[in-house]
Amino acid sequence: MTTIDVEARGIGKRFPGVVANHDVSLHIRPERVHALIGENGAGKSTLMKILYGVQGADDGEIVVDGRPVTFSSPTDAIAAGIGMVFQHFMLADNLTIAENIVLGAEKRHGIGEAAKREIRTISERFGFGLDPDALVEKLGVADRQRVEILKVLYRGARLIILDEPTAVLVPQEVDALFANLRELVGQGCSVLFISHKLDEVLSIADDITVMRRGTTVGTADPARATKAELAELMVGSELPSPATAESTVTERPVLRLETVTVADETGREVLHDISLTVHAGEVVGIAGVEGNGQSELVEVVMGMMRARSGSIHLGDDDITRLNTRAVRDLGVGFVPEDRHRHGLVLDYPLWENRVLGHQTSAPAVRRGLVSRKGARADAQRIIEQFDVRTPGVDTSARALSGGNQQKFIVGREMSGEPRLLVASHPTRGVDVGAQAAIWDHIREARREGLGVLLVSADLDELIGLSDRLEVILRGRLTARFDPSTVTASDLGEAMTGGGVVAS
Amino acid sequence: MSEREKAPAGGSATPAARRIAGSVVSGLLPPLVAVVAAMLATSVLIAAFGGSPGDFLQVIFSVPNDRVLLTIINQSAMLSISGIAAAIGFRMGLFNIGVEGQYIVGSCAGAFFAGSGLVAGPLNILATLVVAALAGAAYASIAGLLKVFRGVSEVISAIMLNYIALTMAGYLVTKYGQASGYTFTTERLPLDAQPLGFKIFADAPGDVWALSSLALILGIGYWFLIARTRFGFELRVTGASSTAALASGVNVKRMTLITMALSGAVAGLVWMPAYFGSVHTFGVPENFQAGLGFLGLAVALLGRNRTLGIFFAAALFAFLSGQSNNLQSAGIAKDVIDITQGTTVLAVVVAYEVVGRRRARSEAERVSRQLEAERAEVVAS
Ligand SMILES: Nc1ncnc2c1ncn2[C@@H]1O[C@H](COP(=O)(O)OP(=O)(O)OP(=O)(O)O)[C@@H](O)[C@H]1O
Ligand SMILES: [Mg+2]
Repeated sequence: MTTIDVEARGIGKRFPGVVANHDVSLHIRPERVHALIGENGAGKSTLMKILYGVQGADDGEIVVDGRPVTFSSPTDAIAAGIGMVFQHFMLADNLTIAENIVLGAEKRHGIGEAAKREIRTISERFGFGLDPDALVEKLGVADRQRVEILKVLYRGARLIILDEPTAVLVPQEVDALFANLRELVGQGCSVLFISHKLDEVLSIADDITVMRRGTTVGTADPARATKAELAELMVGSELPSPATAESTVTERPVLRLETVTVADETGREVLHDISLTVHAGEVVGIAGVEGNGQSELVEVVMGMMRARSGSIHLGDDDITRLNTRAVRDLGVGFVPEDRHRHGLVLDYPLWENRVLGHQTSAPAVRRGLVSRKGARADAQRIIEQFDVRTPGVDTSARALSGGNQQKFIVGREMSGEPRLLVASHPTRGVDVGAQAAIWDHIREARREGLGVLLVSADLDELIGLSDRLEVILRGRLTARFDPSTVTASDLGEAMTGGGVVAS
Repeated sequence: MSEREKAPAGGSATPAARRIAGSVVSGLLPPLVAVVAAMLATSVLIAAFGGSPGDFLQVIFSVPNDRVLLTIINQSAMLSISGIAAAIGFRMGLFNIGVEGQYIVGSCAGAFFAGSGLVAGPLNILATLVVAALAGAAYASIAGLLKVFRGVSEVISAIMLNYIALTMAGYLVTKYGQASGYTFTTERLPLDAQPLGFKIFADAPGDVWALSSLALILGIGYWFLIARTRFGFELRVTGASSTAALASGVNVKRMTLITMALSGAVAGLVWMPAYFGSVHTFGVPENFQAGLGFLGLAVALLGRNRTLGIFFAAALFAFLSGQSNNLQSAGIAKDVIDITQGTTVLAVVVAYEVVGRRRARSEAERVSRQLEAERAEVVAS
């Protein structure tokens, strides 16, 4: 395989109200893993989209193997050997791996055996372990991600761009992904990836470029740099130290699930006999590999799914049969796992997104009428309190960077002093500084008696924030840990079903 | 809504003023460009088939006489109502192509009820409006129920229901109506339930119908519902993202049913101005104006589902139709105006897209100049 050398020179990109990229320069050397880091809204995703031809640059040039190129679409980028995997996977569930990969690239190796052979070859070469005939709907996130990577390799990409690939993975999966990436660069490819987890960056990257406020502010050598130095380059300030707050757990149950069993449309049990209590002032963390029932657990509490048996109580109220509206009205905040599908209306301005999910309560809505004034003022409050980087409340949610969208959602769901916060991956895609800030907000609310059901793939978050950890595996709660004594490897083992059941 | 398009508050007065001016331009320019483009396209077509585009433009842009003006006002009222009915569906992502059928059912039911004189005097008018709206809503609900409980696309079922509506109305009138000449109609509206019109145009044979004002009332009601109320917010959110609506606590199925019924209720009212104002009886095809429901879809599209836009689009369509009556004398088939109307809708969709992008770009440039200083600071540090 021939190698590829890609360079961005003086890239500039403007959006309404924002300079997303300005004078961005970056050199992705052949056969190297290049990490791009920076605060939320620093312009990382924008740069990647420009390199992949999704968006056109206003200034600057892209140079591939010494020749300046212009991309008017991803097709051009792929032709030049550049492929990208987006954070939101784009796979058709009801098709096989092979069909997903071949879709849109029928010209390369046809759609029959030849294509499958090629897929198998690539899969073996890089140690992906994928079966072309497997159905995508049966795959977990990590495998889906490999399919996405295979998809771009199949199209002949030699530079693989990954936008926050590790955000959705648990540590073991991250290790596996990194092994794959190593394999890739070992055989001639280059990798460019974004991550907010500085440990990971230091462990895998050969080169590191740091972006701040739309421009590249420097590079770092992973062999010598420390986390603290990287953080300082990113935000211009020190890394927040993980606070160990005193316990605020009370005896008063806020959320009580008793032997809850849930089945999906096909009748398969996705949650089995779950009993769980969250007390006021307590954070209960649910650890697990994605796809083991945590989504269903959240949905059944939120009234988006029905329990087949068992009961759910919020305080003294039986919410087993209540719909989402009624559950929310009883004082439940909800940070959904997919911010684009469930958390925001991307085309609406922030102030209207402030109303979303809070249609029945002041200050957003009063007596059946949307209060423009109330919603705007409160959206402004969220922007300030949660440090959402945006020109203002009239900006559409789509125009915010991923991490800033997330901050806004968390801020909104913590409004109105909820009794319970159901939070799926509350800091997914959020930079280290903002993550610490969100944790502080949650801790503060906890002190006031908030109960939190926390689902997360981030072990630091689970361990640092939870008062109690429950491990979910194949729809059952299989282990319970004390976060003050548990180690990441114990937890990891329990999550993948390898460990002994601790208590 | 329009506020969304305004840039963030603050900043000095001049850019603000420029922004507002920009808003006006970007709001009005596209329809204007679209109309011009549609006129051009129609002219080219007429020329291609050996007609005279000059004559066409002359007729269309002649000053309408009182008679035409009267038609324009009354027709645009009905078109507006029809447009609102369609827009309610559009806002929720429903393509209620069944406006036509609901309009027929509402008209038929209303006319039967009013003609029966069950309610005496002027109160009959109010009662009839309720009956027509309910009939339209009920008919629309068939498509709504099929969609929610059987997953049938509202487009497919509504098209079928449109045919059934027309046939059924014909059947009912033949069976339960009275013979009048060669056809059958419903019983005539009792005199004491005939509202007075407004004699605005001296030279025109007729009044501006009293119930044409219904368009205004419904227009304002529609705006208020969508832009101000919680229900309207939930309706819009469901249209924009049904998954986000679900997570926010909206019962999407119920919302679909309600929206469909609401759209049908308004559709049921479309013909009421004409019925009470001049026709006073219902019968297909003579004593009815088929097609208003379909036009409503175009009006809503052209008016971008906004009240003022819908009024404007309805007026434009009514104007073109009104003027087209004089085309015959210029030797041009009046049906070419259908082409003009169609092209206008198509062109406006394109024009809005172009203007939207242009504006985004110019705003980006403005902001980038503003941020120049701040950035220099960062780079230096
Ligand atoms: N389509 C868009 N329209 C307007 N502004 C945009 C658009 N896309 C991005 N932006 C803005 O450009 C800036 C950079 O966004 P970008 O998504 O590149 O950030 P990021 O570094 O990837 O952040 P994160 O870590 O939160 O994902 C942000 O201020 C964002 O609001
Ligand atoms: Mg990003």
